[in-house]
Amino acid sequence: MSFRLAGVTLTKDLRLEWRSKDAINSMLFFSLLVVVIFSFAFEPTAEESRQIAGGLIWTAFLFAAVVALNQTWSREIRNQVLDAYRVSPAPPNALFLAKVFGNFLFVTLLELLMTPLFIVFYDLRALGQVWLLPLLAALGTWALVVNGTFFAAMSLRTRSREVMLPLLLFPISIPALLAMVQATRIILVGEDSVRFWMVLLAVYDVVFTSVCLLLFETVLNAE
Amino acid sequence: MKPGFVLAAVVVFLLLTYGLYQALEVAPTEQTMGDVQRIFYYHVPSAWTAFLLFFVNFGASIWYLVRRNPAADAVAVTTAEVGVVFCTIVLVTGPLWARPVWGIWWTWDARLTSTLVLWLIYVSYLMLRRFSSDAQTPVLAAALAIFGFADVPLVYLSIWFFRTQHPQPVVGGGGSLDPRMWHALLINWVAFLAFALLVCWLRYRLEMLKRAVENAHAAAALTGDSGSRR
Repeated sequence: MSFRLAGVTLTKDLRLEWRSKDAINSMLFFSLLVVVIFSFAFEPTAEESRQIAGGLIWTAFLFAAVVALNQTWSREIRNQVLDAYRVSPAPPNALFLAKVFGNFLFVTLLELLMTPLFIVFYDLRALGQVWLLPLLAALGTWALVVNGTFFAAMSLRTRSREVMLPLLLFPISIPALLAMVQATRIILVGEDSVRFWMVLLAVYDVVFTSVCLLLFETVLNAE
Repeated sequence: MKPGFVLAAVVVFLLLTYGLYQALEVAPTEQTMGDVQRIFYYHVPSAWTAFLLFFVNFGASIWYLVRRNPAADAVAVTTAEVGVVFCTIVLVTGPLWARPVWGIWWTWDARLTSTLVLWLIYVSYLMLRRFSSDAQTPVLAAALAIFGFADVPLVYLSIWFFRTQHPQPVVGGGGSLDPRMWHALLINWVAFLAFALLVCWLRYRLEMLKRAVENAHAAAALTGDSGSRR
């Protein structure tokens, strides 16, 4: 029952996004701006790029993800969809997971589209284990998106909610961001081992997915 | 003001004075660092106090989520606010000491950075409390407190690993601490903790009073007694 429910919600979100392309367009343009601005601000050589690209890429994706995350719940507010959901017997965690998967797909798509641009603008060539990058991207994206979706639901109940989301998300995301940036740098430069950072990210994902699932119902019904 | 509070305030004042005397006069001057080292008697007690308050905040948040007890939420807001103040003292006194001893104001070492991240998390906690509507604040804040608590070990671990790969400044004094230094440190910790508890007490009473006033307003509005709403 809850799998089907999550599936239905996810399909609905994907269809809405497919028709409007609101989230993906704004994310794409936003991260494009970040890439260009960073490029002007730092003017790196190819060797410097390898060192700093991890930080640039993930900062750009983090900022862009906030754009999509902010839109996650706002369309459920219109016409009291969220209130209808709350009075229905549907399990809240199914709704939460559907939203997380939706955002995960949006941000992954963004990453797929933006990575070639990063490679072109920063003249990137990885010297390490490139095949680890997709796994790293998946773990890192999940880390951002699972907490981001939760905090977006939380900031829904606050004044100036668009501002509130990054204020809540960024401090908690610091270890995940550090892990993503370091692992990306190590893969690009081709030194050391990324194992510690991958394990840390995986632990982060498990811990915070559990905390989110544990607390989502409480936050959804906070009155 | 209750007589018990006045008495407690006097005791705290005496403790702080005694602690100051111990730290500035009785404790011997450190050999290599000189008098700058005396900031240690304020830095470390503030840190312990702040961490303890954040820990109490975590406990109170869980207690609130389980029991929905308003007093637990009042404890949570009190300890978070006072904890942030003490954490700020830690973050200000740290660089003041580091500059003459290490030659730099700040380094991204595990303890420093974890304390900074802890401070950031609790500032965001206070912002959330400020920006959310009154009825939902306790639940949202308690949830965030649990996130923050789960985050701290990961922050520490990540930064510890991040920094052990690079050279870092030598943390002052690897040897044993002079007994008089220990004495000054512990006295100051007791004094700071007592001071923090005193402020918490005051803040807690203020919070409960504020809620009583709000409830009275709400009750008055329900009974149609609009005259008392001003």
